[in-house]
Amino acid sequence: MGGKTIIQKILEAHSPGDVPVEPGNIIWLELDVRTARDFAGANVVQNYRTHYGDAPVADSDKTFFTFDLVVPPSNIPYAKNQQTCRIWAREQGVKVYDVNAGIGSHVAIEDGLAYPGSTFVGTDSHLNILGAVSAFGQGMGDQDIAFTFKAGKTWFEVPPTMKVVIRGEIAPPCTARDLTLAIMGQLGSSGALGRAVEFYGPAIEALDLAGRITLASQVTEVGGIIGFVPPSEKVLAFARERTGRDDIEDLHADPDAEYVETVEVDITNLEPLIACPPSPANVVPVREVAGRHVDSVFFGSCTNGRFEDFSAVADIVAGKQVAPGLMATAVPATRAVYEQMLRSGVLETLFDAGFIISNPGCGGCASGHLGMTGQEQVQISTSNRNFPGKQGPGDTYLASPVTAAWSALRGEIAVPEVQQ
Amino acid sequence: MRKTEVKGRLWILTDLDGELFNDIDTDMIFHNQYLHITDVEEMGQYTLDNLSGWEDFAEKAREGDVIMAGKNFGAGSSRQQAVDCFRALGIVAIVAESFGAIYKRNAINSGLPIVAFPGLTEHADAFETGVEVAVDFETGQLTLKGGETFEAEPFSQVQMDIYQAGDLFAYGKEMGEQQ
Repeated sequence: MGGKTIIQKILEAHSPGDVPVEPGNIIWLELDVRTARDFAGANVVQNYRTHYGDAPVADSDKTFFTFDLVVPPSNIPYAKNQQTCRIWAREQGVKVYDVNAGIGSHVAIEDGLAYPGSTFVGTDSHLNILGAVSAFGQGMGDQDIAFTFKAGKTWFEVPPTMKVVIRGEIAPPCTARDLTLAIMGQLGSSGALGRAVEFYGPAIEALDLAGRITLASQVTEVGGIIGFVPPSEKVLAFARERTGRDDIEDLHADPDAEYVETVEVDITNLEPLIACPPSPANVVPVREVAGRHVDSVFFGSCTNGRFEDFSAVADIVAGKQVAPGLMATAVPATRAVYEQMLRSGVLETLFDAGFIISNPGCGGCASGHLGMTGQEQVQISTSNRNFPGKQGPGDTYLASPVTAAWSALRGEIAVPEVQQ
Repeated sequence: MRKTEVKGRLWILTDLDGELFNDIDTDMIFHNQYLHITDVEEMGQYTLDNLSGWEDFAEKAREGDVIMAGKNFGAGSSRQQAVDCFRALGIVAIVAESFGAIYKRNAINSGLPIVAFPGLTEHADAFETGVEVAVDFETGQLTLKGGETFEAEPFSQVQMDIYQAGDLFAYGKEMGEQQ
């Protein structure tokens, strides 16, 4: 028997049965945390009531709601769905991270609900973001989640692991987002389909937590189950502090672990990149589409909604104004990010530059909330999906906060410059 | 026992170039503007209404139909509605070259038959919309009305167990009883 990859180690520690944790095998997986949000939350409650009646959840301390999409509700159906969840949560003694908390996956990291080696599921397909702290996070449908609320576990097929090794390092004006776009452009929309991914190389080790989140968040868009960034000392220290547990161990793959494929991505000559319609993996250098008129720019999302992202934007737009007629919107990922922006002056800088600044949440990915496009409208977004029609009939381009900020100032897609 | 072979009228989901549609994401299948809906019966009418060329699919589909698509069908979000809308329409099987990982789970858990057919793109010319096709979940064999056969992947064990139980909830109860 060979060594274990990261996912094998996590699954093995959470698998009560005697089925070997080898790719392709079906195991029962114990889940440290199970969640639902305002998308699908009411469906989870309905499924639960239908199948389990008033029976208590397996463990109310491990069960949560995280409202992050339509927050506060902009329409009556969501107001009703959220209230359905609240009432049921009260009956069950389950905690609700309510409409002021921010994006559930980010709150999970900040609040120590997810940490290296832990398992976490919910109704958010970007929960694999938790790979940023080497937790196993997974988005699931409402039946799956209702089942986990009651059972505390579910069946899971052990995925094979692929290794992505980065050659070279990130240099300004490039960011973790450009590295991520480079990887996506190379792998394509199904390059990691059904697989776990492990990321290696000096550029990966150098990423701060915000950069790790950016990278891990886009594994969904290359078809992956989850992407792990092996924890740095800083990430381990952060997790120990947030959980109040000093027994959180380093988590690495064994040297003789088996990988289904190893891909090298060379970023030696990395330049700012952008994903053009119609897909997040349709990546080209920004210069190839530079000059195209832009109507709106969205800053935020689970991919680039951290304080570090907004701080980089503030450095670029300080003392300047967004282009006339351009709509620039900033949505902090969480209340903690919002507070940091407020206290550091970043918020004021963005306000003075003409930004619309909203309360924390998902923003652009939610129907009826921020970041929708009308016909022929062109938007640059730091979010993670630009599928046709998802955000309206306009065109959405995906780029780093730095590229988006330069574009907001110019009113057209702009190649970012290095700040002096 | 639920039957492990279905026969139905085929819909080949093709893109605007006439090729098998790849990367059909959940926003094309069931757009986020309808995500407040919790009643499965209400979901059918919106199926594929954000997929170019297929906006009127829900009106044309009939109970018992089979769907065929390209790679990575159901990419994107975790929304169960993107599976449930097909159940609401009475679709009896979805055959695709490959499926998005979360979509695959959601389909298996709700007992909607999905069959992966690696290499489907190479055989795409053999299939056309409107013909009758038989899909055998145990063997993975597809049979066209003329008798021509193709080898897709059979159901996995867990997929068959959940399908036979009805859905994940019924399967979970069976598993609980065994323990």
